[in-house]
Amino acid sequence: MANKNESLGKTLFVVIALCLVCAVIVAGSAVGLKPIQQKNAALDMQRNVLDAAGLLTPETDVVAVFNNRVDTRLINLNTLEEVDSVDGKSATEYDPIASAKKAGLGTKLEKSEDVAGIGALENVSKVYFINDENGALETVVVYVRGYGLWGTMYGLMAVAPDMNTIKGINFYEHSETPGLGGEIQNPNWTASWQGKEIYDNGSVAIDVTKNVTDKAHDVDALSGATLTSNGVENTMQFWFSDKAYGPLFDKIRKGELN
Amino acid sequence: MASAKEVKEVLFGPIFANNPIALQILGICSALAVTSKMENTVVMCIALTLVTAFSNLFISIIRNHIPSSVRIIVQMTIIASLVIVVDQVLRAYAYSIAKELSVFVGLIITNCIVMGRAEAYAMKSPPMLSFLDGIGNGLGYSVVLLTVGFIRELFGSGSLFGYQILQLASEGGWYQPIGLLVLPPSAFFIIGGFIWVLRTFRKEQVEPKE
Repeated sequence: MANKNESLGKTLFVVIALCLVCAVIVAGSAVGLKPIQQKNAALDMQRNVLDAAGLLTPETDVVAVFNNRVDTRLINLNTLEEVDSVDGKSATEYDPIASAKKAGLGTKLEKSEDVAGIGALENVSKVYFINDENGALETVVVYVRGYGLWGTMYGLMAVAPDMNTIKGINFYEHSETPGLGGEIQNPNWTASWQGKEIYDNGSVAIDVTKNVTDKAHDVDALSGATLTSNGVENTMQFWFSDKAYGPLFDKIRKGELN
Repeated sequence: MASAKEVKEVLFGPIFANNPIALQILGICSALAVTSKMENTVVMCIALTLVTAFSNLFISIIRNHIPSSVRIIVQMTIIASLVIVVDQVLRAYAYSIAKELSVFVGLIITNCIVMGRAEAYAMKSPPMLSFLDGIGNGLGYSVVLLTVGFIRELFGSGSLFGYQILQLASEGGWYQPIGLLVLPPSAFFIIGGFIWVLRTFRKEQVEPKE
């Protein structure tokens, strides 16, 4: 028995048969559970959006709030026109971050203009318009991302309809050092962003700094996480500039997209 | 068929007499990482117990056909497949916990307890006993993890399974939480204490002086 097991034929047979069986099981579970996982991921993203906008409490019915008050729209950043779908995907299905790197859906950034270190910018961005109970625009939530110390930090920014006052920030995915840069998720720190103003006389003035001098625009940097704080600052500098959301914000401010 | 005594020994032996963490000092990594909250700890324990039990079962079923030259690879393939299935199920049905456990579910693959039991027990024993051995070792792992998780969450955050038990001073209560317990290194001290207590009562586990 033992000798027969060691033959080349038997070894190959056992290995190949095992691989086939395992592959079927793994593939089966991955494909079979995918619809539920996607639903979870979508729900999680909705939760992130509400969290950024300051609407998330343990009692919040995320789906209901989203259906009643949140309008998810796709807006082309170059033409500033609203579009119904991108590449066959509707507003709920569209993933701006994945699209940035795809040909035709994103534009590669030159080194000099890529302040946030993201490589490519999506042509069409996904914007959440959150209304208050009476249907008036209350908050606009946009995606931002930028390179921190170890990797890209993915976040959502909630801005008031004046498109200047920050209502909240939520970095939902990052790989910064836990306890140092990872504190970008700390509720106390994100709360310090509330009420800060992005622009000063039309230029991006929001600043993450250790010397807070200008109370309206300066956010206290994280101690022990200079590079992460710089990354957050660069992220803001890029996304609110004219290269990204600047023109869009102007248009929303004028009320032309409501 | 195995006798009732043997079954009992295989199933309950690893809990105190031959605990995988306390005596064999295996699987410490995840014991540090996932024990800051009871909820995560329980899920991790269930996941590890299932993986150990079923990898033992499947390896034992085909043990007479595994060529010894590739036996470790065969074991790894089975374990890895099971871990992926567990990870997929968690992502589908316990998304928030799966997110917090993140890489540690994947790291069950490299958990020495799973490999150790497959190589040391399942390769030589019949399927049913191997399955029970897996459950037993999973329970042994769970006892230590739950103890550590209980102490860390209760005294570190003042809560159990997310329910506030001790009112925190920061929220107007009286309890000043021990910050160290929230951080992973504290699990070292608690596991050390666990081993100390265990060896005080079971002198035979004390290693002879060199």
